[in-house]
Amino acid sequence: MSNAFIAFQKNDDSRCIVEAILEDNPNAMVDDQPSMVKIDVPNRLVIKRETVEEKMGRSFDLQELQLHLITISGNLDETDDEFTLSWNS
Amino acid sequence: MDMKATKKLGLKERYSLMTRDLAWDTTYQKMEDVFPQTTYEGIKIHDWDKWEDPFRLTMDAYWKYQSEKERKLYAILDGFNQNNGHLSVTDARYINVLKLFLGSTPPLELMAARGFSMMGRQMNGAGPRVACQMQAVDEYRHFQTQIHSISNYNKYYNGMDEFAHQQSRMWYLSDGKSFFDDAITAGPFEFMVAIGFAFEYVLTNILFVPFISGAAYNGDMAAMTVGFSAQSDEARHMTLGLECIKFMLEQDPDNLPIVQRWIDKWTWRGTRKLAAVGMMMDYMLPKRIMSFKEAWEMYVEENGGALFKDLARYGITIPKCFGQTIEEKEHVSHQSWIGFYMKPGATPFHTWIPTPDEMDWLSEKYPNTFDKYYRPVLEFFDAQEKAGNRFDNKTAPMNCQVCVSTMKFNEPGDPMEMCFRESIYKGEKFHTCSDHCKEIFDNEPEKYIQTFISSHQVLQGNCEPEGVDVNAPDFQPGKQILDYWKLDKRALGDFNGSEDQKNFAAWREQATKN
Repeated sequence: MSNAFIAFQKNDDSRCIVEAILEDNPNAMVDDQPSMVKIDVPNRLVIKRETVEEKMGRSFDLQELQLHLITISGNLDETDDEFTLSWNS
Repeated sequence: MDMKATKKLGLKERYSLMTRDLAWDTTYQKMEDVFPQTTYEGIKIHDWDKWEDPFRLTMDAYWKYQSEKERKLYAILDGFNQNNGHLSVTDARYINVLKLFLGSTPPLELMAARGFSMMGRQMNGAGPRVACQMQAVDEYRHFQTQIHSISNYNKYYNGMDEFAHQQSRMWYLSDGKSFFDDAITAGPFEFMVAIGFAFEYVLTNILFVPFISGAAYNGDMAAMTVGFSAQSDEARHMTLGLECIKFMLEQDPDNLPIVQRWIDKWTWRGTRKLAAVGMMMDYMLPKRIMSFKEAWEMYVEENGGALFKDLARYGITIPKCFGQTIEEKEHVSHQSWIGFYMKPGATPFHTWIPTPDEMDWLSEKYPNTFDKYYRPVLEFFDAQEKAGNRFDNKTAPMNCQVCVSTMKFNEPGDPMEMCFRESIYKGEKFHTCSDHCKEIFDNEPEKYIQTFISSHQVLQGNCEPEGVDVNAPDFQPGKQILDYWKLDKRALGDFNGSEDQKNFAAWREQATKN
C-alpha cells in the first residue's frame, strides 16, 4: 500500500489544517521538518472543510490550501467539502 | 418583484462554467488547422472534455490566491533584507549554493514559462489550456521571485551578476539547458511528460522541499520563502503532469508504448539532473537536515514507486532505469562534488573540502560508499591543498551527448570504473554517460547530434569574447574562456582565502560589536 501525502509551510493556519487531518485520518503520520510539516496516510488522505473550520473557528474555503501547501502525492479530487489524495494500488 | 439571492455556485459547476463553457469549436477554420501540433507525436485523443483539472481552479480564484502568495513572499523578503539577513546564514560557504541555484534554476523557470505558454496555445481542450496558462504565469513568477530573493546577496558577494549571460555558455549549466531544450523542441505531449512529470514530480520535489527546508535550517529566509512559495504552485503542476499521463492512457490503448518510452526517457533525464541537487544537499548546506539519499528514498523511490504502481492499471511498467537510479543514490552527490572541486578555475562559486565533522556525517549517512570510495579522495585533496598544491584540473571536460553531464558516473555495479558508451551515427562517434542516455540518443540521433557542448564548441572557436580573431595564426582556442563567460575572477578558486569568506567574517564581526 502506498502513502498519500501532503506537506505544508508551518504557520498558524496550517497548524489547524494539520490538526484537522489528524482527526479525520486515524492512520496519519506526522513528519516535522525545519519550517515545514509533512503528513503521510496509507492509501488515502482526506481534508474536510468542516473539521478545518472547527479548528480555525472561522469559515474556510478549501482552495485556501493553495497558500500553504508545499507538495502532494496521490490522485487529487477537490470539491467544496473535501480535498482527497489517494492511490489506486 | 421578489429578489431571491441565488446560491453560490459549487466548485464543480463554477469550474465547468468558467473553463469548458467559455471555449468553442472553430467553424471558419478546421480544428486540426488551429491545433496542428497535437497529432504528430502519434498520441490519439478522442474526447478532450474528459480532461479536468482536479483542483478545479478557475482564473479568478487563481489570481486571488497567487496575489496573496506574492504579498506574503515580498513581505518576508523585505523583512529579511532590512534586517541584514545575509549575515544570519550559518556560514559564508552557504552563499555558494545560492550562486549555483541562481545560474541553474531561474533560467529554467523562464524556459518552462515559454513552454507552457506554447502548451496553453496548442492543447485542443479548454481544461488543459487553462491549466497550462496558469502554469506559464506561475513559471514567470518563479523566475522573477528567485532572482529577487537572491538580488540582495548580489550586493555583497561575488559571482552572481552574470548568471543570465552564463546560462547558454557555461559548461556546467549545459545539463539543465539541454533538459529544457530537449523538452521544448519535442511535441506538446512529450513536453508535458518531460516537465509536468519528470521535472515537477521527480526534480522539484527534492529541490524545493528538502533542499529548501535545509535552506531555512541554515537561516536563509529569502530562499525559504521563495522556494516554498514556488513549490505551492508545483503541487498544481505535478497534478497537471499526472492528469496528462492518465488522460493519454485513458484515451487510447495505442498511446501506451509512446507514453512508456517518454516516462523511461524523462525519469532518467530527471535523475541525471538531480546529481547536482544531491551535492547541494550533502556538501553545500553547512547544516543538514537529511542526506540526498534519504530525500531520494522519500520523494523518488517511495513517491515515484507509488505513482508507477498506480499507473500499472493502464499497463505502465516501472521505468527501466529505476534500478540503476537506486544504486546511484549512494554515489552521485559525492561524484558531483568531487567533479566541481576539481575545477576551481571554471565556476563562479567556491568549493571546499568538508570539515572532519562533516565527513563523519557523510560516513554515517552513506555507510556503504563514503568511507570506501570518497573519503580517501577528499582526504588526499585536503592534504594536497595544505601542502600548497590545491587540485586544479585545467582541461575541458568530456560530456554526455544527451544529458550533457560531465563524464563522472560509474559503471553500474562497479564504483571504481567510469561509465562510457558510444554510438556511431553518420560515420561520427558520439559519447554518452550511460546505457539509458545511449538509448535516448540512438532513438533520436538527428536531434542529439545538435546538442551544445561547450568543450567541443571551444575547440571549434565558437566560445571567444568579441574581437578575437579565430583565424589568426597564433589563435589558441579557449585561452580567453573566462572573459567569454564573463566570469568574476574574485568568485573563482577555493572557498578558503576567498574575498567572500573574509568579507562575511568582517561584516558579521561588525554586526555584533560597536
